[in-house]
Amino acid sequence: MSAEHPIVAERFLEIERRFPDLHPPFAPQAAVVEANRCLNCFDAPCTAACPTHIDVPRFIKKISSGNTQGSARTILDANVLGASCSRVCPVAVLCEGACVMHGRGEEPIEIGLLQRFAMDVFHSSGGKLTMKTAAKHPGKVACIGAGPASLACAAELAQRGFSVTVFDRNPLPGGLNTYGVAEYKLPARASLREIELIAQLGVEFRYDAEVDTPLLEDLERNYDFIFLGIGLGNANKLAIPGGDHPGVVDALEFIAAYKTAKVTRVNGYVVVIGAGNTAIDVANAARRLGAEKVSILYRRTAGTMSAFEFEYEHAKQEGVGFLWQTLPLRVHADGGMLEFLECIRVDESLAPIPGSEFHLACDLILPAIGQLPLLELLESIRGITLDEGRIVIERKTGQTTNPKYFAGGDCVNGGREVVDAVADGKRAALAIASQLEAIHV
Amino acid sequence: MSDVSLAVNFSGIASPNPFWLASAPPTNTGEQIMRAFDAGWGGAVWKTIGAQVTNTCSRYSSIDWNGQRMMGLNNIELISDRPLEVNLREIAEVKRLYPRHAVIASLMVESTREAWHTIVQQAEDAGADGLELNFGCPHGMSERGMGSAVGQVPEYTEMITAWVKEKARTPVIVKLTPNISDIRVIARAAKQGGADAVSAINTINSITGIDLDTFTARPNVDGKSSHGGYCGPAVKPIALNMVQQVAADSAIPISGIGGIANWRDAAEFILLGCGTVQVCTAAMHYGYRIVEDMIDGLEGWMREKGFASIEDFRGLTIPRVTEWKHLNLNYKIVAHIDEAKCIGCDLCYIACWDGAHQCIHLDRVTGPVDGPIELHSTPASIEAAAHAAIAMTPIPKLDAHALRGAKGSTPLARIPRVDDTECVGCNLCSLVCPVDQCITMVEVPTGLPAESWEERSQGARCAPPVQF
Repeated sequence: MSAEHPIVAERFLEIERRFPDLHPPFAPQAAVVEANRCLNCFDAPCTAACPTHIDVPRFIKKISSGNTQGSARTILDANVLGASCSRVCPVAVLCEGACVMHGRGEEPIEIGLLQRFAMDVFHSSGGKLTMKTAAKHPGKVACIGAGPASLACAAELAQRGFSVTVFDRNPLPGGLNTYGVAEYKLPARASLREIELIAQLGVEFRYDAEVDTPLLEDLERNYDFIFLGIGLGNANKLAIPGGDHPGVVDALEFIAAYKTAKVTRVNGYVVVIGAGNTAIDVANAARRLGAEKVSILYRRTAGTMSAFEFEYEHAKQEGVGFLWQTLPLRVHADGGMLEFLECIRVDESLAPIPGSEFHLACDLILPAIGQLPLLELLESIRGITLDEGRIVIERKTGQTTNPKYFAGGDCVNGGREVVDAVADGKRAALAIASQLEAIHV
Repeated sequence: MSDVSLAVNFSGIASPNPFWLASAPPTNTGEQIMRAFDAGWGGAVWKTIGAQVTNTCSRYSSIDWNGQRMMGLNNIELISDRPLEVNLREIAEVKRLYPRHAVIASLMVESTREAWHTIVQQAEDAGADGLELNFGCPHGMSERGMGSAVGQVPEYTEMITAWVKEKARTPVIVKLTPNISDIRVIARAAKQGGADAVSAINTINSITGIDLDTFTARPNVDGKSSHGGYCGPAVKPIALNMVQQVAADSAIPISGIGGIANWRDAAEFILLGCGTVQVCTAAMHYGYRIVEDMIDGLEGWMREKGFASIEDFRGLTIPRVTEWKHLNLNYKIVAHIDEAKCIGCDLCYIACWDGAHQCIHLDRVTGPVDGPIELHSTPASIEAAAHAAIAMTPIPKLDAHALRGAKGSTPLARIPRVDDTECVGCNLCSLVCPVDQCITMVEVPTGLPAESWEERSQGARCAPPVQF
């Protein structure tokens, strides 16, 4: 990563120190030992489970044969964000969950760590993405948003010789990969290093871009197709009295702030509201940034939380506390400082239990209660259809009901994983490429 | 007291158990051999003595397989590079301190009657219980007219064995080289020369590998290499075959050698007729301590099988190995997959399609199809369908059903089906299956009497057109 990136600051070292790798990488010999354990299944369930269908046994066996560069190319061929996916994928419910080793009563192959090993070797040896064609194609595509879906779409199209421009409102590319993934899983640096390779394919990035109607109209005139990888919009607000106090900070905003080292320390008591994966991420982050006590508040029980089981276990290890069946009622502050959160217990039907009110002292409240769709923007695009705020696409191609527009990632699926966004982006790219090839023949 | 006895008498050489260390680096010195005896080894064949040699630096190289070290070991070390009189003195000392253990002197000298008479006299005077004539060493010494240069020529083998027998008072074992087209010829020559026993096999000519950066073969001696002798687990099947060949051909005691690393290997060699077994690579890999399980494991197996002594099971497999032409062509087995054990790796499926006879299919869900292979889904079409499928990460809020599925339960679509009528009973699927007892080969009665190729071709009206 080049020196002018704003996050390469001294403050960032503090973040690196506080967020070491959650899963330390394999040493070379350990990788080979693990790779040798893989049975090399036919039509492997791990590959089928991967939304990008990385040929897992193939890349693993290339590690055991000592063909680590070839292993990385196998990964990248299916998933251009193979490095970040190796770190952020919930492998327990994807490839590793599908591993046949479970059937032998053994631990699954550590596919995520092996993928990371191959990608680390590839990056540290200066590996580059390769073109899939030598020909330059006249077709032009604009990708809105520089998150995983757009990056995958842009890379695939650039590799096939098309001109691609990516627009993003942030000063750095990567979307949630750079700004939103827990740092101990994917450091912002690693995200940027991976994207640098996509830029080297000739993809043009326009940062700090305000995506509005005039821009869209301009893009419609100047580009053959537009891919929407815009993700989700603003976070749901904590709609209780005092919820607009400056001491109430949206979880994703907070994560972006520490990942860019704008925040390097947290003091006192922190309350996280919500029990999804983002809630876990932000609660763990608060702990690592120095919060004395972090409590997750959730209106239901552990059994119905939307975080993955392994995330819940991780949070407990980080020392995060959980307050189940609890609703926040009111934020109490003394001027600029929060004092406490007034809460109440609820029963299984979410009905408040009279007399169960209590006060939870806090210095910072981090709501992690989901994001809203970018409705205003979406509704301004003519001809696209929304379903509960999600863009409706043809599943196999990613094309929206406005044939000029394709879409993928969170704005389509309501918020899933990086690997789902990559799969969407690549599928759309292939469909766009085949349409462009038909047009420009 | 154990109810089973491992004690053997091998051609007149008594040994508390059949486990001997082969003539090799683990038997280089008296100090080593005494430690080996303390660990439990019944005997040791001394590192070959004769004219003192100089060895190279870098002597071994090996083959690793699938992460395991030393599946096969190669060496270019020559015979003992210590003075003869030191070796003789130590033989005497070992025999004095360990009178009940077997100490065999391995001998190799230039091919003259006088030289052989002298070394035989020296070894026996030192107290050796027996002599092993090293006619097998395939590297270095053979270039000087010794080792396998003798063992590859039946006339030399017979002549030198006879010279030794003129002088020897103790049993004489001829060590056979596998680097020959028919080992039986040399075994017969040794017997003709008067050998009391043979040992087989010596190491196999080998180049273990080439360094892909320097293009030098291994082991590297200052930028060059030389073929060596191969041993270790990789050579066991070759050794078993050669032992069987000799056992079935000559009535001569055999000391089995070649890739023996544990009691199971030892039992197999004994079942093929060996009176003792010799071990080198495994001891070089893990040390003398491995003999403890060899003793314990073999005793346990003997107890389980009701064998009181080595003689009770020695050679039991010999009549069960025959020539191909005597095998029953009317015996039929087919593969059976235990659905409850299947983990869905589908290695049997691809092995059968690409490496066998296209009799295993993935059609339990789509509906079984029998008949010509054109009717079946091919591996390529199955992979293409999987690649075209759209998969998504299951998330707890929306896909509880996908997350609830028990890990390790194999979907029916991934459990292969054997087409019994097409299965040729080749065993391949059962060999590649990573789950014990998941694929078993089940006999299907054909209702036909046993009939061998020999019987069939003799009974036929006309001779078969081609014989392989």
